[in-house]
Amino acid sequence: MNLLSFIDWWTLCIAALCAASCGMIGAFLVIRRLSLLGDAISHSVLPGLGAAFILAGTRSPAAMLAGALAAGVLTAALAAGVRRIGRLPHDAALGVVFTTFFAVGVLMVTWVAKSIDLDPSCVLYGLLELVSLDRVDLLGVSVPRALPWQVGLFAGNLLLIALLFKELRITSFDPHLATALGIHAGAVQAVLLTAVTATTVVSFEAVGSILVVALLVAPGATAQLLTDRLGRMVALSAVLGVCAAVLGYLGAVAMNTNIAGMIAVAAGAQFLFAAVFAPRYGVAARAIRHAGLSLRIAREDVLGVLYRLGEREAESTQPTLQHAQAVRAAGATIVARLACAQLRRRGLVEARGDELTLTPLGFEEARRIVRAHRLWESYLSQNLPLPLDHLHDPSERFEHFMSRELQERVAAEVGTRPDPHGKQIPD
Amino acid sequence: MNTFLSDLARFVSLQDANTRTVVLGACALGVACGVVGCLATLRRRALLGDAVAHAALPGVCAAFFVVQSRSFAALMLGALVFGALAAGLVALVRAWTRVREDAAIGIAIGSFFGLGVVWSGMISRRPEGAAAGLDGFIFGKAASMTSADVFAIGAVAAACLAVVALFYKEFKALTFDEEFAAAQGWPTVALDLLVMALVCACTVAGLPAVGVVMVVALLVIPPAAARCWTDRLGVLLLLAGGIGLFAAVVGVGLSATLPAPRGALTRGWPTGPLIVLVAAAVFVVGALLSPRRGVLAQARRRRVVEAPPP
Repeated sequence: MNLLSFIDWWTLCIAALCAASCGMIGAFLVIRRLSLLGDAISHSVLPGLGAAFILAGTRSPAAMLAGALAAGVLTAALAAGVRRIGRLPHDAALGVVFTTFFAVGVLMVTWVAKSIDLDPSCVLYGLLELVSLDRVDLLGVSVPRALPWQVGLFAGNLLLIALLFKELRITSFDPHLATALGIHAGAVQAVLLTAVTATTVVSFEAVGSILVVALLVAPGATAQLLTDRLGRMVALSAVLGVCAAVLGYLGAVAMNTNIAGMIAVAAGAQFLFAAVFAPRYGVAARAIRHAGLSLRIAREDVLGVLYRLGEREAESTQPTLQHAQAVRAAGATIVARLACAQLRRRGLVEARGDELTLTPLGFEEARRIVRAHRLWESYLSQNLPLPLDHLHDPSERFEHFMSRELQERVAAEVGTRPDPHGKQIPD
Repeated sequence: MNTFLSDLARFVSLQDANTRTVVLGACALGVACGVVGCLATLRRRALLGDAVAHAALPGVCAAFFVVQSRSFAALMLGALVFGALAAGLVALVRAWTRVREDAAIGIAIGSFFGLGVVWSGMISRRPEGAAAGLDGFIFGKAASMTSADVFAIGAVAAACLAVVALFYKEFKALTFDEEFAAAQGWPTVALDLLVMALVCACTVAGLPAVGVVMVVALLVIPPAAARCWTDRLGVLLLLAGGIGLFAAVVGVGLSATLPAPRGALTRGWPTGPLIVLVAAAVFVVGALLSPRRGVLAQARRRRVVEAPPP
């Protein structure tokens, strides 16, 4: 089957534009912990649509847009008030307001049920499938009716972010600093919320509310896992939104199912993938870093034990340690076993039968560890009134994190005397 | 007017078996959601129920794929499994990544519901077509509750209330001082999961009766309304349960007695939204009149402060 022949480029174009608009503005919602605002607004526009219909008596897009915008802005404002009066967390305040608005909306729809054809499933799931059938003439070209709206939305969001980027950044991270600099944090927030409402309302008609909720939050949160810089995060969020739109569209065409739903699934899948595999903040990366650290500590513990054994034995004999003892010294775990194997592979330790000995290279490395350990013991005993038996444990932990530079500075401080237990500090 | 009075009399005397069923079911749901909602709100998880409720749609579809019929128990089980999956994913994302809980909940809402839309789209395109309107299951219709539904809701509500009563002390510590609870040797993670499980159970039990959005309202609004009046957890739980009960009774009563709108397709008003609006009205009254935090009390205090000395 040739997939390309099934693609409707107008539909894909509108989905991608909408995803980019939602993604870039949604990044700010994620940063400001307002992620659920999109969900709340997409529910609470229902009474706005109903009221506009009842007051204006038509279903003209302008009236609908005005009603929905008013309801969305009112939701954000009321949520702030409810939060203050009810001493509630932000999400609970939003929950109180949007569910109440939705209830009012359902009653309104019941009230005018006969004269309005407002199909709940069309509101929820969107009509992306039909978006390219509803055409208007623009400059002599027949384009989908949603296209000019989506282009305007994209341009508007881009313009807003370009003009107010500095203000948005400062108020997102440090509203008090913003106020001190003469930037009205409340006004910036109001502008942002209006933009979110407009994005929700305009997108809503073309792609459905569920897709708006997913596209406002998921690309932004995914971008947050991939970068630490706000500018990059906003751009990345828009790009990830477009990726989700394309992947979701192709998936829906291939499986012959709802496009908006599939795009939402693609956005969520992208997030899960990033949560596991993101290079710095992913779960896998963190687990690998953690395992690497555990291995290094286990390796260094084995080297330290071998070095101390050598000190105790006569000068002539090579210190040896049975493999099982070495594993026990490093914690007797699977990590300790792996650490012993690594030591041998890296040529720091030689194995003769079951006995381990230090190679010259390993001896150097081991001396560095023991030096760090004893320097820290000396430093602690000279600077803190700790009993002798309290010095070993903290030093055993800290020896793994003492850089060469820190060692030199501590050495200059404690001098060349033996450590508090009378052992010589190796050079 | 006469029909209104006679409708009111019929409602108050509970002589209709159908009205009795609906009232009982709504009451059980109102109390349980109010109490469990307090715990969720205080743990800053008020909208977790939203994610669970939206995740029920793919759950219902998956159950239909598996059992190939519209068995109520199977659909409920599917909704419960997927709701728990969504709640679990939200908790994992919060614990293991830098992404905040609100974003995690937002992603769960969008993506799980999207998955449900995809699956229900695939089901409705099947040749047999017997599954059309599977999503109706999660949009709720209180008036069509059967006595079997009420037994299910009542059982869930009783179980939730029993758990809260049994673990009251532990939940209190977990809510206000998690470190203290951990120092007592209580399994805080397990207790946290228990709160999530309670939210899941209440949400899924409420879905067929009042639908996705209204069940979220029942979890959030009564605790918010009760919060205006008290700072004590015990009082808060009782009050929120009471407000949930009150909203359920009055809401069902209004739905049964208000005259139907002109030209409406159905008889009377939908029950779920009316219950929510009654609860919201209770919240507004509390926000205005509460002696300490109310808008009026604050305005009066300000005037006393600003008044010149006599």
